[in-house]
This record gives sequence, C-alpha cells and structure tokens, in this order.
Amino acid sequence: MSVCPVCDAELAISDDPVEGELLECEECGVELEILALDPITLGEAPDAEEDWGE
Amino acid sequence: MRVGFLHSLIRKDEKLLIAELRRRSDVELVFLDDRRLVFDFRSVPDVDVVLERSINHSRAMHALRLFEGAGLDCVNRYEVSRRCGDKILTAASLRECGVPQPEARVAFTEESALEAIEELGYPVVLKPAVGSWGRLLSRINDRHAAETVLEHKAILGSYHHSIFFVQKYVEKGGRDIRAFVVGDDCVAAIYRSSEHWITNTARGGTASNFPVTSEIAELSLRAAAAMGGGVVAVDLLESGGELLVNEVNYTMEFRNSIEATGVNIPERIVSYVVSPDRAAVR
Repeated sequence: MSVCPVCDAELAISDDPVEGELLECEECGVELEILALDPITLGEAPDAEEDWGE
Repeated sequence: MRVGFLHSLIRKDEKLLIAELRRRSDVELVFLDDRRLVFDFRSVPDVDVVLERSINHSRAMHALRLFEGAGLDCVNRYEVSRRCGDKILTAASLRECGVPQPEARVAFTEESALEAIEELGYPVVLKPAVGSWGRLLSRINDRHAAETVLEHKAILGSYHHSIFFVQKYVEKGGRDIRAFVVGDDCVAAIYRSSEHWITNTARGGTASNFPVTSEIAELSLRAAAAMGGGVVAVDLLESGGELLVNEVNYTMEFRNSIEATGVNIPERIVSYVVSPDRAAVR
C-alpha cells in the first residue's frame, strides 16, 4: 500500500510497478505517477500536453 | 535480444506490452524514458530494437529520427511517425497511394480557410494537424460558427493552429471502425460507438468486436503501407456503402479492444517487434 500525496488516502500498488506508471486515487480522483520504486514514491501526474496521444 | 522501450508515462497499454516483453526469456527489457534522454547525434542505447511508446508525438518523432540516424532498428519507423502524427501528411500519403478518405482541404489563412469550408459545404470538421483523442476537433455547421472558430484558432492558438485542415463531415451513423494492423496482418477490429459525433474511446466511445472482413483487412493494410508499414491503428468511416480512411495512429492504444476482440494485441505487437523476419526485411 502507498498513500496519495494529495488526499492521504491509502492506495493499492500493483505487484509489478514501473517508474512512470499512472495511477488514479479512488478517493480524490487525482492522477498520479510512480516516481520511484524503492521506496514507492508517488507524485501528481503531469497535465496532458497538446501533442499527447496515439 | 535487448529491446529498448521508449516511453514517458506508462499507461495500461504500456504495462501490457511490458508484461509481454518480460514474459519472454529471450528478451532483455531496457527502459528509455524520453524525459531523461540526451542525444549527442552519435551514441545510441545498447539495444537491438526500439519499441516506441512515448505519449508525446514530438518527442517520439524526433527520438526515432535520431535513433534511426545512428543505425538503430525502430518500431515504428521515424517516417511512419511523421506521416501518422500530422493529419495533413497522413492525407497526402493516403492520396498518393490512392487510399479513399474524406474530402479535405488545407488552407493557411482565415480567409482562404473560410473559402475552403464554404466550397466543401456544411457541415465540416476542422482538425488540428497534430492532436489525438478527439481533442480540439470542431464540427462546424454554418458560416457563423466557421468565422468564430477560425478567428479563435488564429488569435488564441500557436502558429500551427493557423494551418487549417478541413474535412467534409461524414455521417457515420454513430460509429466508426478501428482496425489494428501489425506488420502484414490486420489482427483485429472494433466498432467505436457513441451518441456523440466524436467516437474516440478516450471521449467515451464504447468498443465492440468487429469481425475483420477481407475488405477491411485489405483497405487497412493499404492505409498502413501508405504510412510506411509497421504497427498502426486505422480509423475507418462507413459512408454510403463506401469505406474511407479517416486517420492512422502509430502509437496505438488497444487496452479497450483486447477483451472486445478476444485478440491478445500486445502479444502480436511484441512478436512482431522481436521477429527476425521483420528485422531482415528492413
């Protein structure tokens, strides 16, 4: 488990986390990014940029 | 084989590809975070192939150009990213290869864009040349709306919003088709359905299986070839019994289509990336 840096809610992390992985806090809805793995460090994900996409 | 995984943020699509790469004992996965890369025009990562999955089109395209310039094998290739990432270049490439698409115009001033819109006839769709997920698309139903949107784009947008790409609006009956092409195969297709005229799943469209027909496969492969081949998602519109290619996506998202189609799309992509046959025909 980890903690949302925005609302302090507990967050479940997958068994195979990856740096850069996106998560959503179910409590406050903020989109988060895994910044580091050891220990798991979360930060707010960047806002979408104009050339984001597929 | 060492596979370089070019990325920034890791979405579910990337997680599925990473899981598939890790499942293979003969693959060593090397993460290439585009936020940390520095290019010196000479040295390249020690990998055999790069799988491009950057969320930023501009970073992906430039990284692919620099990797390929230094001799690296990339999926997709730089030229594919360039053509797919700019809707005007996509339309030009489709036209040159005789692939049917909605009627379109390109203009560089508000005045000439308005002329082009009036000539095409309402409604039309104004699209930014670079953009995705259905963002900043404008369906324009009359001259008043056209004048307003063109003025806003010219004044409020950066310079590339004054490169006006206008398509004739195609009535598609609340759905379009997305076909997934991997190399020489059209591996799966979905209907994207919505009550909104924008049917992207990123905008709430729902995915359902569309069994690949020979007609869909043939047209999708032609569209993919027009872009330079590789791994692409081809968006198709059904119009009056005719199929038109609307867009081609080179960092395709597939997470909503695996369950709907029953096709393990990430497995197909990774098999293509590591295939010695693909590397041999570069």
